Amino acid sequence: MNWTLALPEIVLACFGMGVLLFGVLRKQDSTMLATMFTIFGFLVTGLLVATGLPGTGFHGQFVADPFSTFNKLLILIGASFAALMSLDWNEKQGIGRFEFPVVMLFAVVGMMIMVSASNLMTLYVGLELQSLSLYVLAAFARDDIRSSEAGLKYFVLSGLASGLLLYGVSMVYGFSGTMDFVVLRDQLANPANISAGLIVGVVFVLVGLAFKVSAVPFHMWTPDVYQGAPTPVTAFFAMAPKVAAMALLLRVMATPFGHLLPAWQSLIVIVSIGSMALGALAAIGQTNIKRLMAYSSIGHMGFALIGLAAGSEDGVRGVLVYMAVYVFMTAGTFACIMSMRRNGKAVEEIKDLAGLASNDAGLAMALAVFMFSLAGIPLMAGFFAKLYVFLAAVKAGLWTLAVIGVLASVVGSFYYIRIIKVMYFDPAGEKFDRRPAALSFVAAATGLITAFFFLFPTPVVDAAQLAARAVFP
Amino acid sequence: MNAAGFPLLSLITWLPLVGGAVILSVRGDEETIASNARWTALWTTLIVLVLSLVLWVEFDPTDAGFQFVESVPWLSDYGLGYKMGVDGISVMFVLLSTALTPICILASWESIQTKVREYMLAFLILETMMIGTFCALDFVVFYMFFECVLIPMYLIIGIWGGPRRVYSAVKFFLYTLTGSVLMLLAILAMWMHAGTTDIPTLMATSFPPSMQTWLFLAFLASFAVKVPMWPVHTWLPDAHVEAPTAGSVILAGVLLKMGGYGFIRFSIPMLPEASAAFAPLMFTLSVVAVIYTSLVALAQEDMKKLIAYSSVAHMGIVTIGLFTFNEQGIQGALFQMVSHGIVSGALFLVVGVIYDRIHTREIARYGGLAERMPGYAFVFMLFTMASVGLPGTAGFVGEFLVILGAFKVSFWLALLGGAGMILGAAYMLYLYRRVVFGRITRDDLRAIMDLSPREWALFVPLIVLTMWMGIYPSSFSVFWEASVAAMVKHHQAAMESAVKLAGVIN
Repeated sequence: MNWTLALPEIVLACFGMGVLLFGVLRKQDSTMLATMFTIFGFLVTGLLVATGLPGTGFHGQFVADPFSTFNKLLILIGASFAALMSLDWNEKQGIGRFEFPVVMLFAVVGMMIMVSASNLMTLYVGLELQSLSLYVLAAFARDDIRSSEAGLKYFVLSGLASGLLLYGVSMVYGFSGTMDFVVLRDQLANPANISAGLIVGVVFVLVGLAFKVSAVPFHMWTPDVYQGAPTPVTAFFAMAPKVAAMALLLRVMATPFGHLLPAWQSLIVIVSIGSMALGALAAIGQTNIKRLMAYSSIGHMGFALIGLAAGSEDGVRGVLVYMAVYVFMTAGTFACIMSMRRNGKAVEEIKDLAGLASNDAGLAMALAVFMFSLAGIPLMAGFFAKLYVFLAAVKAGLWTLAVIGVLASVVGSFYYIRIIKVMYFDPAGEKFDRRPAALSFVAAATGLITAFFFLFPTPVVDAAQLAARAVFP
Repeated sequence: MNAAGFPLLSLITWLPLVGGAVILSVRGDEETIASNARWTALWTTLIVLVLSLVLWVEFDPTDAGFQFVESVPWLSDYGLGYKMGVDGISVMFVLLSTALTPICILASWESIQTKVREYMLAFLILETMMIGTFCALDFVVFYMFFECVLIPMYLIIGIWGGPRRVYSAVKFFLYTLTGSVLMLLAILAMWMHAGTTDIPTLMATSFPPSMQTWLFLAFLASFAVKVPMWPVHTWLPDAHVEAPTAGSVILAGVLLKMGGYGFIRFSIPMLPEASAAFAPLMFTLSVVAVIYTSLVALAQEDMKKLIAYSSVAHMGIVTIGLFTFNEQGIQGALFQMVSHGIVSGALFLVVGVIYDRIHTREIARYGGLAERMPGYAFVFMLFTMASVGLPGTAGFVGEFLVILGAFKVSFWLALLGGAGMILGAAYMLYLYRRVVFGRITRDDLRAIMDLSPREWALFVPLIVLTMWMGIYPSSFSVFWEASVAAMVKHHQAAMESAVKLAGVIN
């Protein structure tokens, strides 16, 4: 048994338990140290992931391939940014506890298992480890009624989605007799093995996963959870779990159920159109920037799903490039949102950004870069993300989807440029407090990557290509 | 790399961004930053202008192909490269951009007092994007420059514009973006078909007629908004009126030309059959634009709005010329674009001069300026005449050639297009009479000052260019003659083969 394949997960889990013990045994407050250890753990794990060998282990239940490497690295990057940004915020909000990074770390372990799952059972175990940690994180500000509400809402709805997923898994197992991805794929290559019950099972699995990526019509939890959860948690939710769930969706649809493309393609098309349209239209009326980002993320998942709808290697490559760019844009945007603090109190209305360009030119410029990038204006990274998914859609002949997609991106650009309008064209309000160095670092680093992605797109695109090839055996 | 082994075009394109980085790095109090930003921007744009004059000198007008070609692999696995190059058509637009930008910087010297650093930065970014648009030899690279122009222009209108600037900026942004995204899909479709986005290769590729129709419509959505053609021109008057003077100059001078350039570079050579099929539609829209917007211009109370509507009419002449598919028409359209770039830019500067003094653009507020401002009256008259198309000025040559080309297509087209010239004379002379002649009735006008040396420095190069283009047009048209001839030949060959193909099928 080749257990070294799971070395990154094992090491990270050990790190988690170590940090937990350390926090409990140490008498004084150790949030800062625990967070630093956690980020260090992410770093070590990242190195192990990047240098690890590909292969299948644990009786075919666990797979390490370029696809899992790509997504695990993205997850670790997103989680590191979120952990870094949480430090100062949690302290100022009075929720600075050492458990925070530990719970985040276990969520990441869950996500890494999800990404590497090669069996419906492993998939479920990883998903549940992730979800349970996320419930705790959402409700981490215990005394805040909105945070508790967010945690509870997420728990109930996510539990329902997990139930649906599990039901789908059981139907797939019942009608095919296996839960192994590769065996399923081989079986389904023969049309005689495709039964109606199995298709129903696949649809249930799809629904469960669509919930996790917050695609329409399973998006209802997103705005409330985004708004209610503490902002670093929202940032984390917007990055790592999205990558993990999208990776899972890609692998499940492409590898075991790849031969059922005609059956699930139209579903993905509908979900994608719905997400793009809702993301674009519902965000227009928002006044709270976290809520706006929730709708924005729904829209972006719609764009990413265009690639999956194409059902091709190009499409999967497009989704992966999209998610990579999305992680950096989102990290930066949330760093800017967390910098919005007046007289020690966090503010999160869009109108609080009024005249930011006069008060803090650097922050305004960074946020402007992220907004133009989210809108998909060229030379920013967001344009390349959209370019690759649309390319796949055009190649697959999905013209309706492509046209609706570009029009949705125009509607969406309206609310992104409105934020720029508020920052640059409106008269200045009161200044924000001095922001901590960590936020400046994250905003600057991701801002530079977003603005200058056009200089070095090849490594990312090539890595995504390699990863996409791995899920189409 | 070109024959000289030196990436001149990339240097011209990206140098303004270097200037922008320098401006960003300036530290000190507000006054120091503003002054440094102004001088850095001016010097950067002047150096770019001088470098672009090397193009003027070194360019070989007898060669119809692309020159100064540079090619660097970028996403080479997907047939996408960073390719730059100019032919006779694009080199003029590059020069137009590099010539107008320093004038814009100089025009904003005193009128822009807030956020000077950001303003100059926006203009330098804009210059990079404009030059890049005209130099790009890869369709995706072209698209990126073409779209990215929106960012600085949106900010220029929105931050330094007039009272309704937010509305205008958002309208400008959304109108142009909607058109462009559809073009992006067309580009992707071409990419699928040809396996590359290299522009010279795509020009040689023939696309199936049914595909051409859709591609043409998608391109039309983008370029028609940019030109702008009737009925999608409504963003232009708003944007012009609210933009600061220099913003209007660059909008009228260069940004509108991107639409015309798009037609001549992509629609006509790449989609010959669809272009021919859609020519009647283009003529109709253009004629409506010429006559309707000229009439609308007659009724305007705001000087900038009047000139904005006149721009729509003049660009209507351009689109008529382009779709005649003969040498006179296309050459006339190109000439008209370059001359309109200079003349309408100058007219916006003319308006800017009195706006800076009296802070209103309402025509009725003025009158009798000739008495106090003889120099100004002269400059204004010269550009009015050029806009009307008086022989001996830049405006005449282009319009004359277009009408000539239109005659070859249809008498009525030429007649209706020519009607625009008469209406143009009417609204421009009416404007001139109301502003410059008559008696001074208001006290603030009695104390108004004539042009300052800085303002003369703005106008003298534009006057020289206008007269030069009018008196000796061939020193400009020689650049594109070979390219246009090759294009017309390519179009005719494509049409003939289409006719032959139809004959085989029948």
